[in-house]
Amino acid sequence: MEQKTKINAEDGKQDLTITREFDLPLELLFTAYAEPELVEQWMSNQYSTTKMLKLESKKHGAYQLQTTDPNGNVVFRANGVIHDFVPNQKITRTFEMENTPFGVQLEVYEFEKLNDETSKLSMHVIYESVEQRDQVLKLPFAQGINMAHNRIEEILSKMQNSDRPVFI
Amino acid sequence: MNLRRDVFQAIADPTRRAILVLVATQSMTAGAIAANFDSARPTVSKHLQILTECELLQQEQNGREIYYHFNAKKMKEVADFIEPFRQMWDERFNKLETVMKKYKSKK
Repeated sequence: MEQKTKINAEDGKQDLTITREFDLPLELLFTAYAEPELVEQWMSNQYSTTKMLKLESKKHGAYQLQTTDPNGNVVFRANGVIHDFVPNQKITRTFEMENTPFGVQLEVYEFEKLNDETSKLSMHVIYESVEQRDQVLKLPFAQGINMAHNRIEEILSKMQNSDRPVFI
Repeated sequence: MNLRRDVFQAIADPTRRAILVLVATQSMTAGAIAANFDSARPTVSKHLQILTECELLQQEQNGREIYYHFNAKKMKEVADFIEPFRQMWDERFNKLETVMKKYKSKK
């Protein structure tokens, strides 16, 4: 089966591309990036809640987002400026995770109509260096494992406080 | 290449990740692992089978019992690769698609 989301990251380069075809009309896909309450919905999952502290969807606008764990602890904050904003076509912005060594990245989002019901997003992400790109690539794996690990710790602590077996 | 993809499918599942972390701390029997999960025993067995087939877990006979060990070497191999990053985006985009389909039907 062909993968819907494709990543192209060549060895020794400081950029990568992410492409995805959506079963959504172009306007809907673009709206998902423009409206803060929608961004919050699709960026959140069972392990974390994302809130847009600010999102000015316009040329020379800015944004800031914050992610919290189920206990309400802030695990992640990021911000950037929107260099260009062309509805249903293109968003050019910077992205920087606060208080991390990952530096700032430049992101160019291109939105494209395939037909009336489908559309395509191409993201071109440019990092400060090859090393920084490669570090960011390794992040999600570490997060996945940490999440599982936290879950286990949670269960173990519950087990210590109860005689009954605890189920996940 | 096919096997490699299976490894990433294996770790994409939250229950299987939880099993890996559990077994990483100490080797365990299938029964002891299953006792930690709400899923039916055959479901946990299936997870163990997948993790064993892609070599993230190894079996060892100890008397009448089979113990599952965590294969750290295989895990390291996985950690170096790009696939988890792709899966993170894939999951995020799937969510976007679901959210926007609901949004469309509400309008």
